Amino acid sequence: MTARELITDATYLVASVLFILGLRSLTRPETARRGMQLAAFGMLAAICGTLMHHEIVSYGGVLVGLGIGTLIGWPLGTRVAMTAMPQRIAISHLFGALAATLVGVAEFYSHRHAGEPMPRGMMGALAFEVLFGALTVSGSFVAFGKLQELLPGRPLTFRGQNVMNVSLFAGAVALGALLVAEPETAWAFYALVGLSFVIGFSMVLPIGGADMPVVVSLLNSYAGLAASATGFAIGNNVLIICGALDGASGFLLSILMSKAMNRSFGNVLFGAFGAAPAGPRGALEERPMKAISAEDAAATLAFARRVVVVPGYGLAVAQAQQLTREMADQIEKRGGDVKYAIHPVAGRMPGHMNVLLAEANVQYEKMVEMEEINEHFSSVDVAVVIGANDVVNPAAKRDPKSPIFGMPILDVDQARQVFVLKRGKGAGFAGIDNDLFFEEKTSLIFGDAKASLQKLVAEMKAL
Amino acid sequence: MSHTSIAEIYIFILAAFVGYQVITRVPPLLHTPLMSATNAISGISLVGSLVVAGRDENAVASVLGVIAVACATINIVGGFIITDRMLKMFGSRQRPPTKEAP
Repeated sequence: MTARELITDATYLVASVLFILGLRSLTRPETARRGMQLAAFGMLAAICGTLMHHEIVSYGGVLVGLGIGTLIGWPLGTRVAMTAMPQRIAISHLFGALAATLVGVAEFYSHRHAGEPMPRGMMGALAFEVLFGALTVSGSFVAFGKLQELLPGRPLTFRGQNVMNVSLFAGAVALGALLVAEPETAWAFYALVGLSFVIGFSMVLPIGGADMPVVVSLLNSYAGLAASATGFAIGNNVLIICGALDGASGFLLSILMSKAMNRSFGNVLFGAFGAAPAGPRGALEERPMKAISAEDAAATLAFARRVVVVPGYGLAVAQAQQLTREMADQIEKRGGDVKYAIHPVAGRMPGHMNVLLAEANVQYEKMVEMEEINEHFSSVDVAVVIGANDVVNPAAKRDPKSPIFGMPILDVDQARQVFVLKRGKGAGFAGIDNDLFFEEKTSLIFGDAKASLQKLVAEMKAL
Repeated sequence: MSHTSIAEIYIFILAAFVGYQVITRVPPLLHTPLMSATNAISGISLVGSLVVAGRDENAVASVLGVIAVACATINIVGGFIITDRMLKMFGSRQRPPTKEAP
């Protein structure tokens, strides 16, 4: 090992350690920023270490690539709105997986071009790399399209879909096995790339918009596995380590999300989920809902001691985070206490709601996780539900026949009084009626969340 | 199976184990920054892309390599910046909520 190789390897080791420490720093909000800045430094070290790699002889293309990447990456980092985080993450899975796939194809092509024999182990790694890479590219593309609303958010399903998906996957495994047995079969390699690409499409297209938190987490995991496989193929340890970290993270988040959405883990692993239950829509509208004026609601809220805000995706859609905080400010000004109850799937990706509230200057100490806040709902004076529906539906606990039965929910029905800000009288995303809205203690404020909050805040200021 | 590839499998399993242990401790509060952080970190595939792009073996591999370099760089630059932007917002102690005069 030459001195140069030794230095390159040392930078990789430094980078790996700093990455792990960076992720560890995310355990606490106070340490997180510093830790991730150190991780970025580790990245810089690894890049510099690589640039002095003895195999790099031509720097022209390298610099062009780095330049283009920086030009595109900069606005993606500085400009993208926090509400657009889910699609932002989906597109970065696409880029990461595309890089892995292209490296895989280039390695295969170069080996054949130079007429070198391909070792079986390397071929196996390359097969994994392009399988996970290509399916993540197309899968993330579809997820991005759905989240950005370029594609219809509803599940696109057809008969025999699962059979087709399983056969596609079996075909990919067969091609991979053939390649390991006969590493020289070029057609099989390119067929594998194409087939994996198709698998990504057919896997994500049937999945509905509400299931995107699981999909995005799962694609995170696949992108990590692709990166790890790249590391195996080119014998690079730092890639193996980072891919494994990424894979573990995505895997864990998928499990958490699927639990929060009441889906079995098997469903998640094979991506065979998504057919949203077609429940009755608006069938129970004859039941009376109690409406309340903004004026009356403001009077109650202004003098409540303990208030819990339950934000749902509707809040983000209405861009009402800032107004929600203004409402909380009004309550706190009069000595009341305001907490925010965050359901794990509130938003379109894990932890999305926390980021949206933090952007509106809500202190993170006031955002409380589901398990913790559920113990306290019985002592809450008013629970204010803004744009959330299924995550507060008591049917998940009471009605074994309900499609969401068993899903963990926020026990809003335990609070003394409940205000629900709701656009219309229809059912929630899953098309299920919500008993909470018909209870004695519940009052509804109809209208767009933003407009309703504006009225509330104005009334409270006037008190 | 060679010794190197066995060692690589060791590394993979141990890293996945460390990752799992570390990441289970990340509170749901920071799950979105976690995801963008792992995204930025997985941009490390740049080191593989750089070698492919700069090896100058054949035109096809070089072109694919340059595109891969650009993609990985997008994730690194964009990923670390947006993670920092988010984590800055979670430093609430320095930024008390705006108080209005009663």
